Amino acid sequence: MTALGKDLVGLEPLSAEQIRLILDTAEPFKEVSERAIKKVPALRGKTIVNLFFEASTRTRISFEFAEKRLSADTVNVAASGSSVSKGETLVDTAKNLEAMRIDMVVIRHGASGAAQFLGQRIASNVINAGDGKHEHPTQALLDLLTLRDRFGRIEGLKVAICGDVLHSRVARSNIWGLTKLGAQVAVCGPATLMPRDIESLGVTVIPRIEDAIAWADALNVLRLQLERMTAGFIPSLREYNRVFGVTSERLARAPRDLLILHPGPMNRGVEIDSDVADGPHAVILPQVTNGVAVRMAVLYLLAGGAPGPGQAMGGEER
Amino acid sequence: MNGPLLIRGGRVIDPGRGGDDVADVLVSAGRIEAVGRNIPAGDGTRVIDAAGKIVAPGLIDLHTHLREPGQEDLETVASGAMAAAAGGFTAVCAMPNTDPVTDNQAAVGFIVSQAQRAGKARVYPIGAVSLGQKGQQLAEFGELVGAGAVAVSDDGKPVVSSHLMRTALEYAKTFGIPVADHCEDPTLAQGGAMHEGIVSTRLGLKGVPAAAEEIMVARDIILAELTGGHVHLCHMSTRGSVELIRRAKDRGLRVTAEACPHHFSLTHERCEGYDTNAKMNPPLREPADREAIREALRDGTIDAIATDHAPHHYDAKEREFDDAPNGIIGLETALGLAITELVEPGLLTLPELVRRMSTTPARIFNLPGGTLTVGGPADVVVFDPGAEWEVRPEAFHSKSRNTPFTGRRLRGRADLTIVRGEVVFERA
Repeated sequence: MTALGKDLVGLEPLSAEQIRLILDTAEPFKEVSERAIKKVPALRGKTIVNLFFEASTRTRISFEFAEKRLSADTVNVAASGSSVSKGETLVDTAKNLEAMRIDMVVIRHGASGAAQFLGQRIASNVINAGDGKHEHPTQALLDLLTLRDRFGRIEGLKVAICGDVLHSRVARSNIWGLTKLGAQVAVCGPATLMPRDIESLGVTVIPRIEDAIAWADALNVLRLQLERMTAGFIPSLREYNRVFGVTSERLARAPRDLLILHPGPMNRGVEIDSDVADGPHAVILPQVTNGVAVRMAVLYLLAGGAPGPGQAMGGEER
Repeated sequence: MNGPLLIRGGRVIDPGRGGDDVADVLVSAGRIEAVGRNIPAGDGTRVIDAAGKIVAPGLIDLHTHLREPGQEDLETVASGAMAAAAGGFTAVCAMPNTDPVTDNQAAVGFIVSQAQRAGKARVYPIGAVSLGQKGQQLAEFGELVGAGAVAVSDDGKPVVSSHLMRTALEYAKTFGIPVADHCEDPTLAQGGAMHEGIVSTRLGLKGVPAAAEEIMVARDIILAELTGGHVHLCHMSTRGSVELIRRAKDRGLRVTAEACPHHFSLTHERCEGYDTNAKMNPPLREPADREAIREALRDGTIDAIATDHAPHHYDAKEREFDDAPNGIIGLETALGLAITELVEPGLLTLPELVRRMSTTPARIFNLPGGTLTVGGPADVVVFDPGAEWEVRPEAFHSKSRNTPFTGRRLRGRADLTIVRGEVVFERA
């Protein structure tokens, strides 16, 4: 068993030490992506399937880069155009892939629990790249790494997660990761988009965005899915921006500069204004860069790599 | 037909007559011939030793899904009636969500004849409230009852239209049958996979709030008052529902209610790990709801225990939680769960348990049985309330295995089930 266990299905089951281990392991991997030849041999000979049942650009590409920079062989499977669209069950799909002798599956799926379900049924390592409204652990890890880069610590930080918490796997993974590492976490958004009993996860609910901005060191601004309006959770995107939007006017009234994170893709002018997204305190692109590093760290550790990836760091050409 | 049976030396519990004494029960020609001490065994009489066991009127389940016609790979009338007998039930009421829907006299007659052919537990069809369970046009209650239906219900498809529910309650009065309602406001429950609460928040599953049930319970109670009809509330699961029923009964309305073993045994925490055998509708609720259901069964606010036996194929449950079907089987675990969860902790006495599982269900749907009155039908269960056993689904008589109780140790199970004077189940 590896330092993380067989699978990474979420941050809820991980200890603070395991989360720190991933972040620490990611540090040296950041440098690999800065090299002219962006490749190390750590996962040479390993076969990884990226099994994406939901559309994804950023996460899928980030995983694929992480895998390739570790020298793994990768195959991408999208749900449309595969046997899944012919009615094959998730278990059958995965078992067939496994029969081709693979080592890992990275899964993105619309159903909460899909990654755990798969992990319990196949011998390969399973990495959750987002399951329904449950968890998106590598997104939270890259958020943690970005916060740690900027503040030098997680403990004691005040982080407000803003927006559609109800439907957000990013929010749940962030709540687990942040609270385990000792941050204070608040959630802010319309009451229609707050899950029942969210306080039981160890967070404070701040109903108004102005109060969240006044309180926080950093804001993690969630994407507002446009279909929430037609489903009746909010009256209109315009009103959402007026009442809950992260705008430079609101930020200007904060007692300190706030770090602005966003998991992407952004709806400019809805949950976040362009001048904030493009402003000096936004770390949205560094988040994306860190995404490759934390995913390399997770892949490396789940493949049985030793903490402190010294020997893995030698480039192929050295 | 077999000869007479003499069940000797058991503790005979008959809430119908108020009896609870060690006695013998003589069964002959499908009837209870005599109940008393030291009944002599005549020639050709089979003597059954029931010393140390309970002899009671056979259990009656008001809420069973038998899947025939339409899904015979999950259950048939015959396999369900056998599972019922093995669970101590002498009669089950079959919900109409078959394919085609049991919404006409021919469909009712088919189930009656399949049950006669099987010759195990009695099966009483429940007819649909509306044609095709579509919630629009009333089914022909008169013809349904004429063919053998004992109640009407649109089952898992709640009667959304208050107008339809009103007319159903009014029209059902003509035939003296209750309208059984699955209480769920579909606009609140839509897309929900489990109870809305701490666990659904953690698991990221869409929840069904308790209010989805309670709104319909309140509506049905109000319509019962308006119409004077008899509404039977299926599988009550929340403390708010219990409170509404308690108030309705205080005011003397014709409202009866049932609760399922899983709702007095389990809570929503059982969904952790996305175990689809914990997925059901209504969903497993919070500990305070479970306590309210137990208390309501104790004080009679909830009249009856019903199983909501819902067979599913294993690979239908071997799925993502959102996509798995609702429901669990319950006929072969109900008695053990009721004894373990309600009698052992002192909430119910054994006579009260027999009342909740036999006498009162018979009264609610106006069925024969529920008592051991001399001259009445010989539907009898002999069970050992102290027998300890482990739930092993592979040993079930049901065709399906979907239960969250696998491996659970229970106390109490049926040893012998007699229907119409015939032994239909006997534990080896």
